[in-house]
Amino acid sequence: MSANAHGPSEALKGLVRRQYFWGIVAIALLLLVNLIKDPGYLAVSIGSSGNLVGNVIDILRAAAPIILIAVGMCLVVATGGIDLSVGSVMVVAGAVSMEFLKGAPDTVGSGLAAIGLVVVVSAALGAVNGALVSVVGLQPFISTLVIMLAGRGLAKVITGGQNTSATNETFRWIANGYVLGLPVVFLLALLLAVAMGLLVRRSALGLMLEAIGMDAKAARLAGVNRRALLFTVYILGGVLAGFAGVFATASVMTVDVSRTGYQLELDAILAVVIGGTSLAGGKFNITGAVVGAILIATLDKTVVFLGVSSSATPAFKAVVIVVLCLLQSERVRRMFRQRRAAGAARPAEREVVAA
Amino acid sequence: MPESLPIVEMAGISISFPGVKALDAVGLRLFPGEVHTLMGENGAGKSTLIKALTGVYKIDEGEIRIAGEPRRLSGTADAQSAGISTVYQEVNLCANLTIGENVMLGHEVRGAAGINWRATHRAAGATLEKLGLGHLNPKQPLATLPLAVQQLVAISRSMVAKCKVLILDEPTSSLDANEVEQLFTVMRGLRDQGVAILFVSHFLDQVYAISDRLTVLRNGRFEGEYRTHELDRAQLISKMIGKDIAALKSLGAKASRRARPDAEPLYSAKGISRKGAIDEVDIDLHRGEVVGLAGLLGSGRTELARLIYGADRPDTGEVTMNGEKAEISTPAKALARRIAFSSENRRDEGIVRDLSVRENLVLAVQARRGWARPLPRREQDAIVEKYMSALGVRPADPERPVRLLSGGNQQKVLLGRWLATEPDILILDEPTRGIDVGAKAEIQEYVSVLADEGLSVLFISSEIEEVVRQSDRIIVLKDHRKIAELEGGQGVSAESIVTVIAEDGLGDPSADAAVREEVTT
Amino acid sequence: MSALTTHPTAEPTGVRALAKRLSLHLDTLPTAAAVVIFIGMIVYGEAAYGRIVQFNTLSNLLINNAHLVILTVGLTFVILTGGIDLSVGAVIAFSSVAGVMLMNAGWNPWLAMLLMVLIGTAFGAASGVLVQYFHVQPFIATLAMMFLGRGLASILSTVPERLADDSPLRSLGTQIEIYDGPKVDDIVITPGVIIAAIVVAAAFFVLHRTRTGRTVYAIGGSEQSAALMGLPVAATKMWVYIISGTLSGLAAVVYTARLGSAQNITGIGWELDAIAATVIGGTLLTGGAGFVLGSVVGALVLGLMNVLITRDGGIPPEATTIITGGILLVFVLLQRAVLARRRE
Repeated sequence: MSANAHGPSEALKGLVRRQYFWGIVAIALLLLVNLIKDPGYLAVSIGSSGNLVGNVIDILRAAAPIILIAVGMCLVVATGGIDLSVGSVMVVAGAVSMEFLKGAPDTVGSGLAAIGLVVVVSAALGAVNGALVSVVGLQPFISTLVIMLAGRGLAKVITGGQNTSATNETFRWIANGYVLGLPVVFLLALLLAVAMGLLVRRSALGLMLEAIGMDAKAARLAGVNRRALLFTVYILGGVLAGFAGVFATASVMTVDVSRTGYQLELDAILAVVIGGTSLAGGKFNITGAVVGAILIATLDKTVVFLGVSSSATPAFKAVVIVVLCLLQSERVRRMFRQRRAAGAARPAEREVVAA
Repeated sequence: MPESLPIVEMAGISISFPGVKALDAVGLRLFPGEVHTLMGENGAGKSTLIKALTGVYKIDEGEIRIAGEPRRLSGTADAQSAGISTVYQEVNLCANLTIGENVMLGHEVRGAAGINWRATHRAAGATLEKLGLGHLNPKQPLATLPLAVQQLVAISRSMVAKCKVLILDEPTSSLDANEVEQLFTVMRGLRDQGVAILFVSHFLDQVYAISDRLTVLRNGRFEGEYRTHELDRAQLISKMIGKDIAALKSLGAKASRRARPDAEPLYSAKGISRKGAIDEVDIDLHRGEVVGLAGLLGSGRTELARLIYGADRPDTGEVTMNGEKAEISTPAKALARRIAFSSENRRDEGIVRDLSVRENLVLAVQARRGWARPLPRREQDAIVEKYMSALGVRPADPERPVRLLSGGNQQKVLLGRWLATEPDILILDEPTRGIDVGAKAEIQEYVSVLADEGLSVLFISSEIEEVVRQSDRIIVLKDHRKIAELEGGQGVSAESIVTVIAEDGLGDPSADAAVREEVTT
Repeated sequence: MSALTTHPTAEPTGVRALAKRLSLHLDTLPTAAAVVIFIGMIVYGEAAYGRIVQFNTLSNLLINNAHLVILTVGLTFVILTGGIDLSVGAVIAFSSVAGVMLMNAGWNPWLAMLLMVLIGTAFGAASGVLVQYFHVQPFIATLAMMFLGRGLASILSTVPERLADDSPLRSLGTQIEIYDGPKVDDIVITPGVIIAAIVVAAAFFVLHRTRTGRTVYAIGGSEQSAALMGLPVAATKMWVYIISGTLSGLAAVVYTARLGSAQNITGIGWELDAIAATVIGGTLLTGGAGFVLGSVVGALVLGLMNVLITRDGGIPPEATTIITGGILLVFVLLQRAVLARRRE
């Protein structure tokens, strides 16, 4: 902001500006806590089949589905929207794949077919969200709230209300397999996240989404095709959630219609906010969302490891969301700015209010 | 006017925004039982002063006394409790409620069983009656009234609030002569009851018809406080513009006009219209000319521009470009046909405030290419460098968020964004509004250069002088329709355009008498 | 002056007058539609399954939906201002689990009931502060409260908490026979129904007979105008969230009294039911128009839908949320169509 700031204050500002830095700090702190409880916590050994085994690996595995829905949520939030349906799309994806695999032979082909089916179904749910938001012009939270609640109903209808199990080695490998000693889920999630990151930043998609999220009217007058972009983003969010659903069900090869993906929209929103993306839309940060997702996975594992009742975590996460929302609000930022300005000689830059 | 103590006294008021000193040591005195006009051109600081009085803006320096007591108001509710009511140019009522409710909101008659609707509607009816609006049914929804009548309802509302000071911020812009006369009757009535009225209007004869004293502002500075009858119109105008009368005569006349090539028009629309926005209009645009749209506020200037750009979808009409039929129903389609439109609403529809100067500059070009074909960094740099230096954007830092620039520089960035699309037709809606004088002159000059280079420019401004100065051809709009098309040049001046507007529909008894009088001065 | 008179009521004759008169009452149209739908559902139900139009069934409809009516009334306030409250279901979960546990732990039951209501008030106040003073979007603020409420409820317990058989809270769910019909066809109400009726009456009074109520409508019409008119916008917006939260707490009391137990997963999806009921009843999701009595009809439409689904037997109960969501979408689309028509 001010060009004449030097040295440590500038460096500090650089760090503060990258909000996900604090996410990394938080991950380190949580790991440190675990390390104090058990000095061997971070140890990674090589298992019987040459795979890496350890708590850190478990964390990475658990982070995979959260990374996917967080990346999808990040794009939707950038446009000034929200996708409350990610958890339900996950359970629908799980239900569809399990129902399909239940009656299919245990072959690579049917495993891939199940994934193809998941992509189609989750893209369709995303398209419903996208159509309601972009064509009909409904507020995103209403459209996706309907899919959030109706989606779980849909999953129950698909499985007849049962928790369905199936066997398919290919499908199972996705969640439990290893490549280069690392879990496949994590590698896949990272791959998809990197692909999405490249897609939005190497193309002009990122700029367009930000423009829509910051000022929809101005973006429209600048010729930005809001309708098509919103449609695309909600479909992407749906497909990513569908993959997350595959990850979540494949590890146990069972879909639990009332628990799979339950309240995971909370995790996705939290990861996005931790990553430094404002829920008001505009500037977004995919790296930040990935860091946020890993932080959430670390937190979940830490809570279990420390023997704290894991039922407290959702409430804690909700409090964190509230606090981060407050930090992003104009009133609090102004308070901070004034405090900083009181230290510096010049008052903080005032925005142009005159028309 | 009784020379008692002033009810409102503002002294040495200063307010600055980045890049602009909106008010510089301005003073204002209001006495009970007077109509006091605040005069000044656009951007003189009238609205800012009013917002300073009602507490919408924070004051950097200066003092406000109300009834002798130093006081800082904190907003509308606070101002109302101090007896100050404001009626704005845009109607600020709730269209979802009834007329009576809008009049009485917050002042409903209450009994043992809560609000007594019968008494409330009766009170609303009585208040409306006093304003000569007795024929209105208070139980009717407000939305069914035309805007002009809604404005009068807004004034009756402030009467209910028992105000001691009534601020009327350009209330007459959308009223016809009869409505204006009716408003004046009400204002005189209120004045005689001891209410101090602060009146803002652009129409000189209205000012002379109603006001007792006036305060003139220019470029955010206090120019003087006068008794209306001690200052004649010519003197008043020269105070407002800061030029003497001789200079004023030549003002607005364009020295020369570009020779229009007789080739067929680049863009030609036949009978385009949109319900509630603009009646069927024919308009041709040629290469290398500036066409001005002149008309009063609400005449349909912006609406026509939006139709041409496809920002609103036309209901009827046919558009041809270069002789072939064109369908322009969205901004994206317009951009593809090399039409660009810079909105009058720079803040909400123009720049994207949180994006950088660079991103704002390339946004439209990028949108036309589609998201899948990103503009290479080298081409971005070329665009940024070209337009930042050509337009003189300051500070020359392309990575700075555009919201941190002054209004004038934001406007330049916006202009640069549209020029970067290399348009054939450039529509500029109020490109010089609310920006400082230097930037204004630069933009005006640049527009001429563009037309000389072969661009077709459609220029819209609420300052008729500016339209005259810029344009080769002027289309005059009134009441959502085109009433005349004038060739620019020596023969056309701001006065002659105002005459056209005033004389339109002269046979009609409801013609705009107020404007007609103004022309004769 | 003569020019003015010609403006607003130009030639009120014939078809145009009729159209004008209709357009005057356009905002009551959706509510009327809800009433028609309700009657239509009753007629269809009676014809298809029988035993709908009888005291017993209709009494049960009221008893089983008293809590939903209360919730819907609260949400009507919020939606009228153009806001939303997604936390209602979660607040019920936390409030009811906390209340039952405290009563079982030996608290004075009446004090515990008061606390249940106040828990709702606290959640509403928190949402209101976030929305009004920190400009957090209403759905984000109340979504956070939804997660918080659900999370706090899970901390307290994850299994059903049963209310003691002799708890006075159960008395609010006691069925009182008002009219003894043939066989079991009686008119029956519970104190819960009476509470709901009082809430509806009070809400009607506040919305239509107090300045606060009119400010609620004004904010929904145009928040900026309301502020420029000097109305207490900030305070009123706080109030609507507090009212919604408090009524959620009250709904928790009524529901727990009827059910006799509480669980952390109580009320999942009730925010959708309450929003749908409000919208079906004719309240615009964008605010500014609607009727609390319409919302009651909306709640009863949803309740009756559940009865019909149960009677039908062919539709899996899991599909209920899908149907509710579908109905909500259809009504929102209808609202947009009506609004677009009016603008023309």
